[in-house]
Amino acid sequence: MSEMSENHDLLRHSLDRLFTQQVNRPVLEAAEAGTFPTALWSALEEAGLTLPMVPAEQGGAGGTAFDALAIVRAAGSHAAPVPLPETMLAGWLLWACGLKIPAGPLSIAPVRPEENLTLSANAGGGFRLDGRVTRIPWGRDARALAVLATAPDGLKVVLVEPGGFALTPARNLAGEPRDTLTFTGLAVKPGQVAPAPAGVDGAALHLRGAVMRSAQMAGALERSLDFTVRYAGERSQFGRPIGRFQAVQQQLAIFAGQTAAAGRAVDAAFEALAAGGDIAFVGAIAKARVGEAAGQGAAIAHQVHGAMGFTREHALHYGTRRLWSWRDEFGAESYWQEALGRRIAAAGAEAFWPLLTGTAD
Amino acid sequence: MGQAFRFDPVDLPPEAAGLRADVRAFLREQLGEYPAGRRAHSWSGFSPEFSQAMGRRGWIAMIWPKRYGGHERSALERYVMLEEMLAAGAPVGAHWVADRQSGPLLLRFGTEEQKAFFLPKIAAGDCYFCIGMSEPDSGSDLAAARTRAVRVEGGWRVNGTKIWTSNAHHAHYMILLARTGEAGDDRHGGLSQFIVDLKTPGLQIRPILDLAGEHHFNEVVFEDVFVPETRLVGTEGGGWQQVTSELAFERSGPERILSAFAVLVELVRAAGPAPDQRVAVALGRLTAHIATLRRMSLSVAGMLQAGILPDKEAAVVKDLGTLFEQEVPEIARSLIACEPELGSDEAFVAALSRTMLYAPSFSIRGGTREILRGIIARGLGLR
Ligand SMILES: Cc1cc2nc3c(=O)[nH]c(=O)nc-3n(C[C@H](O)[C@H](O)[C@H](O)COP(=O)(O)OP(=O)(O)OC[C@H]3O[C@@H](n4cnc5c(N)ncnc54)[C@H](O)[C@@H]3O)c2cc1C
Repeated sequence: MSEMSENHDLLRHSLDRLFTQQVNRPVLEAAEAGTFPTALWSALEEAGLTLPMVPAEQGGAGGTAFDALAIVRAAGSHAAPVPLPETMLAGWLLWACGLKIPAGPLSIAPVRPEENLTLSANAGGGFRLDGRVTRIPWGRDARALAVLATAPDGLKVVLVEPGGFALTPARNLAGEPRDTLTFTGLAVKPGQVAPAPAGVDGAALHLRGAVMRSAQMAGALERSLDFTVRYAGERSQFGRPIGRFQAVQQQLAIFAGQTAAAGRAVDAAFEALAAGGDIAFVGAIAKARVGEAAGQGAAIAHQVHGAMGFTREHALHYGTRRLWSWRDEFGAESYWQEALGRRIAAAGAEAFWPLLTGTAD
Repeated sequence: MGQAFRFDPVDLPPEAAGLRADVRAFLREQLGEYPAGRRAHSWSGFSPEFSQAMGRRGWIAMIWPKRYGGHERSALERYVMLEEMLAAGAPVGAHWVADRQSGPLLLRFGTEEQKAFFLPKIAAGDCYFCIGMSEPDSGSDLAAARTRAVRVEGGWRVNGTKIWTSNAHHAHYMILLARTGEAGDDRHGGLSQFIVDLKTPGLQIRPILDLAGEHHFNEVVFEDVFVPETRLVGTEGGGWQQVTSELAFERSGPERILSAFAVLVELVRAAGPAPDQRVAVALGRLTAHIATLRRMSLSVAGMLQAGILPDKEAAVVKDLGTLFEQEVPEIARSLIACEPELGSDEAFVAALSRTMLYAPSFSIRGGTREILRGIIARGLGLR
């Protein structure tokens, strides 16, 4: 355990160094204006940070879920404008079904549970992909997409390369690409298709997306709290730092509590990923709990920053606009709360405590 | 950067599963069908018989040395036992303070004679303590305590008034915080702790009824009460440091997240197997909160076990935990229509009503919400 946490301290430090060097205002503003940060992406790839959980033979880093957590959390903390979690998820999908993982930034589809793509046999051999998916992260920048599609003989994973489909650009509140992709008979070679293995389906992908966004949010909350505490120590009014006022201290204490809860909820989800626990339960808890913390934390961060935090000039918004976006991606709080609530209700009152303690039969 | 607070992950030890099963079997045998209105008393429930039965099972003083009647088990095993007791609403109130606070205080600061005399009795479930800290003019500002202990031949003479003393009318002893000298510049000097036999002449215990009209706490008046020399705990004048060292234990346990658990269970029952969306969403939200709080509270237990003193983290757990506990009855009543009535024979109504009348105390006892947030702010470096 202590050896592992020492390794993670090292990892955390090198992540912090890399993101501090590579993510700055020009990079962030350029990304929002449409320029993908290739230098940042190359640095991440060179450091072996883009596929932490994929075995080394498949081009990954052969690490654990905890490596993935540290990386995604740090990326969230620094507002890194790259599809790092999406690439990890695409890598997971492709690796799980034995397809080759291309280099470069990757994305996944669909990301909304109600959307569906279909794969059918093409008259001239091979397959065709049809359907429309929305809110695809970095759809325009992805070197390839790992796509789940329904075929007559079951669910498939399809490796889709750019071109040959229509793309309507869209963005989230933080200016991150969230594009609409329309596939109309896109030709797919047999070598780009594999049956989805057991346990890999739309729900599993959506859940993992929610866990990834939770980790990004935990990082963004931690960083926003840091910013806010620092600002409260620097900004003076009435002859003293505003952080000396009890009203401000009480707000920051609430923020710290929410941030701590978010961090624990995310740890728990990655523990379940690493140990093969009840990820459906713990992952839903993470997204629901962290999303709630995100709203409260962002609101307090802005209140304490006053008008300064309301400007484009101040860096606070790189975090808070992401918090407001990410909490609604891969299912908002209410989505996961409802899923949890239905499960609790169906299990019944006597099963509630065993479920909470992971001791249900 | 980033992580102002430290919540290390914990793995429950392998023994925990068997222990949990044993506690559940014990609870079934001891409590049977325990009504929701009783379960809602949570750790206020007072039953010497139950405490003694727990003592026989080795579930009091679980982590103390064997030579003082303890069982040398881990803090995490104790956590598992406690959370099972609280989730079942078991009446653990009689020995609660002695097991959680007074015993550990004596273990750390007590004399050999004190340890040998008190600890085995506590471990057996036969000896109960109460906490004499608050006074009419000294609540959050504990350092303002005015109850005074003056040196006399062979010991001390105590005069003053303690208030809000839970279970003083049932307990055998009080850990008294009294002024023995001048406060000094930091206001924290001159306080000392004593073990006071509650049957000592000159000591009067007067009931104070709570919101529900129940007698849980008391006013305890000292008029020339003699306390023998041998009943000073730790060092004279070291009371403040000793008291504050107890707080992480007092603030982060499962009792700070499970006080409203009976309502939650009855809410799940009342919601039925296929609730409407509004109810499902609310249930899921409460579940996400309690599950996360449990992990935070467990994490503090793990750090205490590792010898770290996570007092800021404990304040975070208590603040979030009691917010949650107070939210539970508010949300429950918004989902299931009922008019609250104590003693209702409907389980949901009985648990809800009881908890509603207890809830205001959750964020007052053991350090108010505002004081805890001050501690958290200090942890952030703001004070
Ligand atoms: C059910 C129950 C059981 C209890 N059992 C015991 C017991 O067994 N033994 C014992 O010794 N005590 C016990 N207490 C007392 C408890 O410890 C005190 O109530 C608590 O410390 C607060 O003190 P107070 O009630 O005097 O409130 P006060 O300190 O007067 O506070 C009143 C309000 O002012 C706020 N306030 C006070 N100071 C500040 C500040 N500096 N900044 C901002 N806000 C502030 C508080 O947060 C609170 O909202 C019990 C209390 C309850 C409700």
